[in-house]
Amino acid sequence: MNPNKKRLRRTMMFLNAQKPGLIKDPYIYKPDSIMLDLEDAVAENQKDAARFSLYHALQEIDYRGVERVVRINALDTPYWKEDIRCSVAGGCDAIRIPKTECANDVKLVESAVEYAEREFGRPKGSVLIMAAIESARGVMKALEICEASDRLFGIALSGGDYTKDLQTHITGTGIELMGARQNLVIAARAAGIQCFDTVYTDLDNMEGFRQDVQNIHLMGFDGKSIINPRQISIVHEIYTPSEKDIIFAEKVVTEIDTKKAQGIGVFTVDGKMIDIAFYDGAKRTIELAKTSGVYKGDL
Amino acid sequence: MEIKKPAMAGTLESSDCQVTVEAGEGKIDLELNSAVINQFGNQIRKVTFETLERLGVKDVKITIVDKGALDCTIKARIEGAVYRSLEQIEHLPWGGAIR
Repeated sequence: MNPNKKRLRRTMMFLNAQKPGLIKDPYIYKPDSIMLDLEDAVAENQKDAARFSLYHALQEIDYRGVERVVRINALDTPYWKEDIRCSVAGGCDAIRIPKTECANDVKLVESAVEYAEREFGRPKGSVLIMAAIESARGVMKALEICEASDRLFGIALSGGDYTKDLQTHITGTGIELMGARQNLVIAARAAGIQCFDTVYTDLDNMEGFRQDVQNIHLMGFDGKSIINPRQISIVHEIYTPSEKDIIFAEKVVTEIDTKKAQGIGVFTVDGKMIDIAFYDGAKRTIELAKTSGVYKGDL
Repeated sequence: MEIKKPAMAGTLESSDCQVTVEAGEGKIDLELNSAVINQFGNQIRKVTFETLERLGVKDVKITIVDKGALDCTIKARIEGAVYRSLEQIEHLPWGGAIR
C-alpha cells in the first residue's frame, strides 16, 4: 500500500493551476494538501495553457511536504486523459476525479493513471486517487465508488453541484447537505478510506465557517476543502486534539492495557466509564496529535 | 519545429508573463519587456533560448512581456504559445521536449 494513503489531510486548498501567482508558494500557509485545479477554475480556452503551468510547477517548485493533488477535468470532456498524462509526468501525488457517479469512473481513471505511470517511469501505485461526489446518483453509489480501487484514499463531497442536482441551494446552515454528508462518511468508513467535506464559500462569515467545520468534525469527516488561506488555521485548530483530549486518551490507553492484563473489562477514568470500545478512539486521538505535531508523550 | 501561425499564451497578471510567437525570418528574434530587465533580463533570455532549443524551434519572432514570472512560468508560457501555434493539445511530450 502507498504509505501516503492515510496521511493527514485536514485541509485541501483549491488553487487555479493556470495562475502562477497562486501556485508559486502556497506552502507558506501550511495546508496539508493543495488541490491544483484544471477543472472549473480554468476557462475552456485556457485548458491547454494550464497544463504547461501545472507541469512545470510540479517539477520545479518545492512544496515542502504539502501534498499535491490535481483536479482533472470531468470524464465527459475531451481533456481528462491528457490532464492525467501531464499530472503524472509532472510528479503529482494524487488525482481528484470530479463528478464521480459510479465505480467504473474510478476504474477508468485508475487505468489511465497506471498507463501514465508506465509511460513516465513512475513506480506502480505511486499516484493515488480521490473521488469527488457531486450528484444524487454519486451519493447513492458512494460505497461502490469507495471500494473501486486500492489507490483511492478518499472521497469528497462537492456541495455546489450536488445541491443543484438536489434542486436546492447552499444555505450556510448545512441542512441541504445533511443526507449526503452522513451517507458519504458512512460509506468511506465502511470502506476504510478518508472523507472530506465541501468548500465554504462565504469568506466574510468566518464564524459560520467555524460552526461548519465543528459540525463536520463531529460527523466524522477527515478534513475540509478550502478556498482561502484564512480558513486553514480554523480547520487545523478544530482538528488538532486539545491537551485535555490527549491526556485523557493517554489515560484510556494505559488503563485499558493495564486492566486487560488484570482481567478487568470495565472501569472508570476521570469519572467516566471506560471499556475496550474506547481503545481505538483513544489511539486515534494520539495518532492525530502525533501527525499534527502536538504530541509530547511516549505512547 | 515550425511556427505555423501566430499564437499567444499567458497573461499580464503579476508573477505571469505573456508570450507571443509568430513565424520568424530564419532566426530567433526575441523582444523582451520586463520591469526587472536589469536584474533578470539575462536569465529570462537564457530560459527562453534553452526552451526554444528543447522544442526545436529555430525560426521564430517571440515577444515576452514579463510581470515577474519565475523560470517555470516562462517555460510554461513559451511552450503554451508554441504548441498553440501548432494546434497540438494532446499527446504532448511531457518529460521530453517539455521539461
